Amino acid sequence: MNGVLAILEYRGAWNRMSWEALAAGRQIAAAIGQPLAAAVAGANLEPAAADLAAQPLARAYTVCHGLLGEYTVDGYVAAFEQLIHSLDPLLVLFPHTYQVRDFAPRLAARFGQTLIADAIAIRLDSGRPVFVRQLLQGKLNADYTHNGAGPCFASLQAGAFRADAPEEAPADATCVVEQFVPRLEASQIRSQPGERFRESAQTVDLSAASLIVSVGRGIKERANLPIVRDLADALGAELAASRPICDNGWLPMERQVGSSGQTVSPKVYIAVGISGAIQHLVGMKGSKAVVAINKDENAPIFEVADYGIVGDLFEVVPALTAAVRKAKGA
Amino acid sequence: MKIIVAVKQVPVRDSAIRVDAAGKWIEEEELSFEINEPDAYALEEALLLKDKHGGEVVVVCAGPERAGQTIREALAKGADRAIHIQCEDLVSLDTLALARRLASAVEAEKADLILTGLQSDDLGLGQTGVVMAEMLGIPHATIVMQVEILDGSVRVKRELEDGWFQWVRMPMPALVTIQSGISPLRYATLMGIKKAKTKPVRRIAPDQLPPPAPPAVRLERVYLPQRKKETQIIAGTPAEAAAKLADVLKFEVRVL
Repeated sequence: MNGVLAILEYRGAWNRMSWEALAAGRQIAAAIGQPLAAAVAGANLEPAAADLAAQPLARAYTVCHGLLGEYTVDGYVAAFEQLIHSLDPLLVLFPHTYQVRDFAPRLAARFGQTLIADAIAIRLDSGRPVFVRQLLQGKLNADYTHNGAGPCFASLQAGAFRADAPEEAPADATCVVEQFVPRLEASQIRSQPGERFRESAQTVDLSAASLIVSVGRGIKERANLPIVRDLADALGAELAASRPICDNGWLPMERQVGSSGQTVSPKVYIAVGISGAIQHLVGMKGSKAVVAINKDENAPIFEVADYGIVGDLFEVVPALTAAVRKAKGA
Repeated sequence: MKIIVAVKQVPVRDSAIRVDAAGKWIEEEELSFEINEPDAYALEEALLLKDKHGGEVVVVCAGPERAGQTIREALAKGADRAIHIQCEDLVSLDTLALARRLASAVEAEKADLILTGLQSDDLGLGQTGVVMAEMLGIPHATIVMQVEILDGSVRVKRELEDGWFQWVRMPMPALVTIQSGISPLRYATLMGIKKAKTKPVRRIAPDQLPPPAPPAVRLERVYLPQRKKETQIIAGTPAEAAAKLADVLKFEVRVL
């Protein structure tokens, strides 16, 4: 066994989180003195191969097959299973995308392994990698280790390793990109995927908003929404929400911020009664200033907040609305 | 149609969490527990499918004695019977070992469909269902927002990133992991609560379980995260704190 293999995601264009997985791979490969390779699956991968050739990698693999053009669990698991058997890597890293969540646990199980999913950091402890994960919606961290024989599989949380673009490789860097053609039969693929679609044209573009007031479970009832709406109006801010509020139909889905909703980066993001589950944080952590109002001082939202008020939102928010009106009037 | 719903019992969402003395897990003594939220939606979806197509809903849950409460609540909501895999060692198992236990408990049921939540609120690995499907050799789909049954196959609407979706069709039997919020949750009726007491629960005792293989992945220690960011906490009464925050917004962040 040797080397670190980063499995990337490409569908006509790169999933940006691929570069984060590569950055993580580079870091850990250097730390344990192992070569780093990358792999990507698909039907038409010439453009992807060209991008990979310019990367500072020991090697890259395009896993090509007509049956891999549209993603399916069965196709991806079978193809990567063959690649991993032939490379025998120590460590296989993935970006923790929705697609990876769909197939990587099953791929790991094929090797008698458990995926260490959604890791936020990797450090070395006496030469062995220790993976850090969040538990209980970010209230606790946990250290995980891989034991025994066989490759270790881990996926990396969005934003945990910074890389918005591929690494600038030295001009003379050339990585050999090898094509790997897995043996696949149409009969192996049990699911039939349809077209990807969006529910409706979005009429609210929160990504352009400079001020956002966002509301979460702490608001308790739909009837209480006017108190945050008043604050948003006083500030001239857009109103947004965490997922449960939109799931309940209290606000339209297009006002949802998070991994399944919009990604925002306003000047100020005021999170009201939002605990700060990672699915929400990934959608708003690009905000320039974050204000959190929450009754639980240990809520993970305070991890990303610049300013916080620990208190009852039903008292704090109306007071803030009044104070904002006063400050604006003055 | 026979539907199995795999549920987990987890600490109540807003619990104050304390790390145990060994730093290996959390103090469970004073905690209250409830059904894992995405699993509650999986149960709801199973009950809706039963309302529509008829058949049976069987709940499976691995956990200690206290998990019996979560099982009774599921039966009160309308599940027909349950399987309780009694075990105290959940935290020491990796996903593979847990999925093996769940799969072996339900294998003989020959269900048409297995539903479970997309992830647990405590460990959040989001893979028990997927690995269970692998153990049973059946197809799966994850993060599902809608389920339709069409002669021998199941058609599911998968949620993808950034507001994208995709319909996927699979032959049954199949396993589907359900996203929270798929449809409003029902409450147990008084009649349901009464009936639940007579519904069968098959208990699999710890000594009936094969000893787990050594874990491939181990949870070594848990701890409070270190604050990476210095949050300026604004103190005072609500009115004082609000006034100070308005000043911050006006003079420091300059958005007023």
